[in-house]
Amino acid sequence: MNREFYGKLIFELSKPGRRGFHVADNRLPEVDGAIPANLQREQPLQLPEVDEPTVVRHYTNMSNNNFGVDTGFYPLGSCTMKYNPKINEEVSSHHAFRNLHPDTPEMAVQGALKMYYELQRALSEIGGMAEFTLNPYAGAHGELTGLMVIRAYHAGRGDDARVKVIVPDSAHGTNPASAAVAGLDIVEVKSRPDGTVDVDDLRPLLDGTVAAVMMTNPNTLGIFEKNIPEIAKLVHDAGALLYYDGANLNPMLGVARPGDMGFDVMHINLHKTFSTPHGGGGPGAGPVGVRAGLEQYLPYPKVVKNADGTYSLVTDGESLGKISSHLGNFGVEMRALAYILSLGKENIGNVGPLATLGANYIKESLKDKYLLPIEGVCKHEFVFDGLIDKSTGVTTLNIAKRLLDYGYHAPTIYFPLLFHESLMIEPTETESVDTLDDFIEVMRKIADEAATDPEMVKSAPHNTPVSRPDDTEAALHPVVKYE
Amino acid sequence: MSHRYLPHTQADIDRMLRRCGVSRIEDLYSDVPEQLLFKGEYDIPSEMSERQVREFFNTLGDANRQLVCFAGNGFYDHDTPAAVSYVISRSEFLTAYTPYQPEISQGTLQYIFEYQTMMCRLTGMDVSNASMYDGTTATAEAMMMSVAHARKRNRVLVSATMRQGVTDVVATYARYHGVTVDIIPEKDGVTDADALAGMLAEGNVAGVIVAQRNRYGIIEDYTGFSEKCKGAKALFIMNCVASDLAVLKTPAEWGADVAVGDAQSLGIPLSYGGPYLGFMCCTNALIRKLPGRIVGKTVDNDGRRVFVLTLQAREQHIRREKATSNICSNQGLMALFVTVYMSLAGAEGLREINRQGEKGAHYLARQLTSTGKTTLTFPDKPFLNEFCITTTAPASEIITKALEQGILAGVALDEHRMTIAVTELQSKEDMDRLTEIVKAL
Repeated sequence: MNREFYGKLIFELSKPGRRGFHVADNRLPEVDGAIPANLQREQPLQLPEVDEPTVVRHYTNMSNNNFGVDTGFYPLGSCTMKYNPKINEEVSSHHAFRNLHPDTPEMAVQGALKMYYELQRALSEIGGMAEFTLNPYAGAHGELTGLMVIRAYHAGRGDDARVKVIVPDSAHGTNPASAAVAGLDIVEVKSRPDGTVDVDDLRPLLDGTVAAVMMTNPNTLGIFEKNIPEIAKLVHDAGALLYYDGANLNPMLGVARPGDMGFDVMHINLHKTFSTPHGGGGPGAGPVGVRAGLEQYLPYPKVVKNADGTYSLVTDGESLGKISSHLGNFGVEMRALAYILSLGKENIGNVGPLATLGANYIKESLKDKYLLPIEGVCKHEFVFDGLIDKSTGVTTLNIAKRLLDYGYHAPTIYFPLLFHESLMIEPTETESVDTLDDFIEVMRKIADEAATDPEMVKSAPHNTPVSRPDDTEAALHPVVKYE
Repeated sequence: MSHRYLPHTQADIDRMLRRCGVSRIEDLYSDVPEQLLFKGEYDIPSEMSERQVREFFNTLGDANRQLVCFAGNGFYDHDTPAAVSYVISRSEFLTAYTPYQPEISQGTLQYIFEYQTMMCRLTGMDVSNASMYDGTTATAEAMMMSVAHARKRNRVLVSATMRQGVTDVVATYARYHGVTVDIIPEKDGVTDADALAGMLAEGNVAGVIVAQRNRYGIIEDYTGFSEKCKGAKALFIMNCVASDLAVLKTPAEWGADVAVGDAQSLGIPLSYGGPYLGFMCCTNALIRKLPGRIVGKTVDNDGRRVFVLTLQAREQHIRREKATSNICSNQGLMALFVTVYMSLAGAEGLREINRQGEKGAHYLARQLTSTGKTTLTFPDKPFLNEFCITTTAPASEIITKALEQGILAGVALDEHRMTIAVTELQSKEDMDRLTEIVKAL
């Protein structure tokens, strides 16, 4: 890789007359004047004119300026950056699925419908839910869909006074944003010093205006909300429903099911727990599960298995409506099913415990150098509040940037908002102890560097394809396209 | 506990447990109440070897029919260059997360910047975001954007010529978001401009959403629409099929404030409904209301041109419940897909692909009407590569008969109307075969 030579934009490689793709002529008669002149494009379309080798080299070199799970350790908290198995990629591009039009009659897509049904059933079993829809495209889309299910449920009971959602102050930003999109008001509930939801703070908030309480369990500090049975009872007694944000489901695989914890509605990020690639920000998938009694509110279409073993698409009269083009990001769903089948019931239960073991191992190995604000066992992730020694002025941002120099992706930083210097680490079960040992060594080295040469750490990164960008300039004078 | 995805040996586990000061992994879950612990195994299939997984999907695939595709209805069967599939499968792109660390994410950030540029050029608009899930949700986001922009007004008008799938999703979002959706009636297959004027005069309209091409494949004449909307201070929103815009008057040229739609038509495989790609572009005036991620250009410490996520104050992780949208993960990799596709095809390639589809559709329309069994539903209206026919036999019968011959004839709109689409992938022979099937009814 040499960014000095290969740092151009595709537009800067364009030469008039070059083409990278041709289609065959169908030798049918030309059509003249089918589109009247006043409906035709006026401004000529300017796209790059480049040949195939130039395009492939351009994007290959660009990929070298990127960092993925296959490149190196990616301890990004709450993102579950586990290994993305290659067989998943192979099956998801299977030609017998690749060319299926979404409006193909059911009898011609029985294999695809079965795929959807099988994944729906497996997720229901793993989540402890009655039924899942796979239609939502991402985690936030799942949250929105789940909240719509909850609103449809209350509306179905003729209760239209429930206009609020309660979320903990440690919640992902998407929770309040999804509630707002779903037309609900947000009430924040405080965390206790140990990081769990303050039940005493929650109790008085629960009245007839509350539609749902959204929780992440384990929460964003990686701590299991051990009062969940009591919380579930309080929520249900108040006539509200309990929503499970599945962003942190990974450590629960094989250990405990959201449905058994008392949750009524949940979503799963297939691109976290079920190993589908994040793709630099999507496509993901955010299936939504519901307990028995809420199935009729799920979005349509849904896939059902008939008595004769065939599969059909149906629309339930009480459904909340349609929330996506068809059945969601189908190719992503195929990858998740391949992952579940590859692990099988024999191995999937080890995923959660091994993820948790890795996180605790890192935590215990670094807590003499980094400030652990909440003692005790964590689940799949934990949060440091920066370095113990704050006298050097080295911040969490500096540590994150210095990690890039050593070939690691940074942890999640400045989230959750409960601490000033949050550094959230999630290793996942697919990382070996050797990788964790190397990471621990580097983290300790950075802590030492902060003491001996703080300026060097503060000016990191020194070793990356580009150095620190000027974000202020980008926001002050937005240039969002090439001209 | 050995598995190919799990690198831990028993010795590793023992060493890790010692460091954690516990003797069993279960001790790390001592805070989980006993009654919540799941005992035993999930009721899911047994572990499969890689080969068994492959065979499982082969068997499922055998239960799908491989068909010649004349179905459109928003999603089109286009060819995918091998180089596109190659680039998006590079794991540096595929296995990366959202580019939160720009120093090691320039690959992702740069392709999003290139994507934004290409979408601005295609739509003619000033600004593009980094992608939305699909065309339906992008249109729903535009609906919410118009309401946020209007502040007090909360009524949005959607043309009856919008594809049903889009209108349904917009209606779902609107119902829960507290927005009223009213349908602008159609007249002879196109949006009724006089009816629109009347509805705007009633007031309280935040946005007007129309389709180009519309649900019948018709290219509508939106002369005067932008002015009407402006007069009512409503945003003019156009839902488009991305590949059409290489030849059709752009949303910007129609005076649209927001252009949205699905970019599946830029070579993305049909894949039974996804992943596809929603796009969303707007005028400069609306940039701070635009949902989703936006990449901007800046310089690094050494003065090099670099790219970063910018204007993040609009987004959910900063503004939480005050954000313009809840979108977080979008369809990043599919944005790379269409960027590579458009690089390879270029403007000339896109025009050529449109021309092949147009020639095919007009040929097939002539052939089908010559059978006497069908007529063009709107014979005077212009179309590109998709058209609507009225059938004497039930549309479902045509679809069933064609299916027997390995052809997906189109998409039924109702009992006696169906839409048919042609791309560069269907041959004259395929079209003649479909014509014979219709003739034999």
